[in-house]
Amino acid sequence: MALRLRQIAKSPNRTWITALLYAAILACQPTQEDGPKNTTKAGATTLHYFTWSDYVGPELLAEFEKQAGVKIVVDTFSSNEELLAKLQGGASGYDVTVPSDFMVTIMAREGLLAELDLSQIPNARFLSAGLQRLPFDPDHRYSIPYLWGTVGIGYDSAVIPTPPDSWSILWDIRYKGKISMLNDQREVFGAALRSMGQSMNSRDPAVIEGAKAKLISQKPIVKTYTSDHYDQLLASGEVVLAHGWGGPVARAMAERPSIRYVVPKEGATIWSDCLVVLKTSQKRELAMRFINFLLDRDVAARTTNRLMFASSNREAKALVDPEVRDNPAVYPPDSSFDRLEWMTDVGEAIRLYDRAWTEVRLR
Amino acid sequence: MPALLWMGIFFFLPLLLVLVISFAARGTYGGIEWTFSLANYLNMADPLYLRIYARSVALAAATTLVCLVLGFPLAYYIASAPPRWQAVWLMLIIIPFWTNFLVRTYAWMFILRSEGLLHTLLSSLGLFTGPIEILYSDAAVLMGLVYGYLPFMVLPLYAAIERLDRSVVEAAWDLYATGWAVFWRVVLPLTKPGVIAGCLLVFIPSVGAFITPDLLGGARSMMVGNLIQHEYLVVRDWPFGSAVSFVLMTVVLLGVAGYVKVGGVRGWRGGRL
Amino acid sequence: MTQRRGWLLSASLADLLFLYAPIAVLVVFSFNASRLSARWQGVTLQWYRMLASDEALFAAVQNSLVVAVVSTVIATILGVSAAVGLERYPFRGQRVVDGALLLPLVIPEVMMGVALLLFFVMIRVPLSLLTVTIGHAAFNVPVVMVIIRARLRKLDPALEEAARDLGATPWQAFRRVTLPLLTPAIIGGVLMAFTVSLDDFVVTFFTAGPGSTTLPLKVYSMIKSGVSPEINALSALLVLVSMALIALSLVTQRVNAK
Repeated sequence: MALRLRQIAKSPNRTWITALLYAAILACQPTQEDGPKNTTKAGATTLHYFTWSDYVGPELLAEFEKQAGVKIVVDTFSSNEELLAKLQGGASGYDVTVPSDFMVTIMAREGLLAELDLSQIPNARFLSAGLQRLPFDPDHRYSIPYLWGTVGIGYDSAVIPTPPDSWSILWDIRYKGKISMLNDQREVFGAALRSMGQSMNSRDPAVIEGAKAKLISQKPIVKTYTSDHYDQLLASGEVVLAHGWGGPVARAMAERPSIRYVVPKEGATIWSDCLVVLKTSQKRELAMRFINFLLDRDVAARTTNRLMFASSNREAKALVDPEVRDNPAVYPPDSSFDRLEWMTDVGEAIRLYDRAWTEVRLR
Repeated sequence: MPALLWMGIFFFLPLLLVLVISFAARGTYGGIEWTFSLANYLNMADPLYLRIYARSVALAAATTLVCLVLGFPLAYYIASAPPRWQAVWLMLIIIPFWTNFLVRTYAWMFILRSEGLLHTLLSSLGLFTGPIEILYSDAAVLMGLVYGYLPFMVLPLYAAIERLDRSVVEAAWDLYATGWAVFWRVVLPLTKPGVIAGCLLVFIPSVGAFITPDLLGGARSMMVGNLIQHEYLVVRDWPFGSAVSFVLMTVVLLGVAGYVKVGGVRGWRGGRL
Repeated sequence: MTQRRGWLLSASLADLLFLYAPIAVLVVFSFNASRLSARWQGVTLQWYRMLASDEALFAAVQNSLVVAVVSTVIATILGVSAAVGLERYPFRGQRVVDGALLLPLVIPEVMMGVALLLFFVMIRVPLSLLTVTIGHAAFNVPVVMVIIRARLRKLDPALEEAARDLGATPWQAFRRVTLPLLTPAIIGGVLMAFTVSLDDFVVTFFTAGPGSTTLPLKVYSMIKSGVSPEINALSALLVLVSMALIALSLVTQRVNAK
């Protein structure tokens, strides 16, 4: 009887309702789509952009869509390892993606990247001096730096009046349950390694073990590991210390003015996320055109204003809003450069990191 | 039969593949190196991983128990209500059942956050002003799991209780048995197929739960489902991930077999949808 | 007696409250003007407006619907044929096949998602809406099958035999006698499979490729970016859809019964 009741509950007219709802949803499509949609109906080319969940600015993308008469479909990821895993797992429809520096090396070695034709990317000429000829791809054969910045600690100065200057504050029991760390293997280990005075690119198994032990000891006071919403956690006061990239911390500052950003004295990562074209892409020219668009001085400045990440285009800095330009979370002060370290590929040692990270997460 | 062909290709073959790969090794950056050994299974004997399995089974068992305790009175009440009301009650149970699982899990995130609803409620009642630290813990995961799977327990229970011969229960009462005795010695044994079905419907998804510990567990509460995802999509050690998956499946199938033995095969068939 | 019922009633009401309170909370707070805290700060529809202008969301909904429709059709055809085959034409390995076809319902979803992922990688099929659909069809077959078989068992096989005695071929007997009688169950199966497909997250998570984000996947990535009233609004809409569908079918059931 129960069976019949349940069957009756899903009577024939449900199909009609579903059809009606579908029609209703389609009818509710926002009118702003009408512009680019007309052109795409004719050509229907889609560019698949796979990027960090932080990097999406719909207005900027809509501009390119109109300019080039294409549609951009965006998918996101929140760590380099996730990007690599997705690509290795057969997600081959992407055209442009944005790996971090060391991941470019790995992806190139794994044969995932297409060679760039720099003549199609004239805006690459405007790269900041510090970002040209980086060790992982000096001739820009595969990649062009897009956004760059540092990793540090976002903290609430209302709760922590003396600015912290060391990684060890993240191990401070006074803030138990109010600390968040990145959900990023290399970065989290980087923090631990630097706090021990070691290079974050260490390949020494003993050193890595030591870092692992330190992270396991930290775990009881960590609220959560997240790369996605620590800006929200900071802004809402749920954490007072957040290990993170500068951009989201800068965004949190807008919501809670007492938030500050600091690069610890033991040193931290300087990173640059680079635009690359995937080898499996069937629209390389379009992809490079898109890259050129993103590197345009004006677009770059607006990107920085919106996303709070420094652009690689040296001319863009002049066009950026003054408060953003002066924000140390976005543009690191020159004084901090001597203690910043680039993350590099650690080769075979990555297995050690993988295992150790799993152990930290599981305990 | 075409169904067999389809299932054969898209279900059994993949499963077999998982088994095969579980014996392979991992390439440096991920991917598969076809050197076969038992290494992955041996590595899993590490207390680190065994603890994850233990925790998953424990959480799943706890969820099942709580669901049973919460669900039985509800199912009994519905089954003994007049038929018109039964339909109403069933509808009320089915609505959350049909609602998206993610949405239901998110609801608990919203309530249990440090500055979430629970906190607002308690502080406005003056009971508690500090921030709540429930979210991102085993307790939160348990709550999320119970909430998600309670309807799965109630429906089969209802089906079984409905078939119960009331006169037997009445007879027990007339013989001056205590409420507890009536339940334990009369109702429960007679509704065993439904209980078994309900427990299975809750236990199995709970053991392999992925969404709930991911969203509600934070740093602290990792279950086997998360471990598998971690191995596949973060560490990119597919062979090891496959080994973990296979052991999980074995655990689940053993659990099912165990329950079925206790309940009898016919009970399993009858109490099911 | 009434004492006992009173206790049962209050326990049941408590359970019901437990089931509904969180959803109700979500809906109520989707109108809250405050972005972050759970303190009431005035009524607003801005979150709903944000939803209406979210293109990616509509794309996800469309993807979900397409996958659901296609996979349900496949699963229904396969499920009905399997149910009929198993029920009406017994053969020797039947018990095994029976259990085997029910297996997807028993194994954890993670396992299935991961297995499909590996499979598609091995045969070098890029992940896309197609792979998602295949996966959905695969785990929906047993869903449909169980529902059809339950109904089949209650049907009197004599009817079909009678048709055949009167000269109909097995196929004609099936088509004109059994199939119409099975219609309510088939519809039930279709609706169940459709809903399961719309709702599925785990298997889709592992088998989705570029541009094949479905609604549950989109909701997940929204949740990962942090708690936000926009998600509350979306949840409220989803709940409303479920309730509307069920309520409407209840009403039409009453009409049909008359």
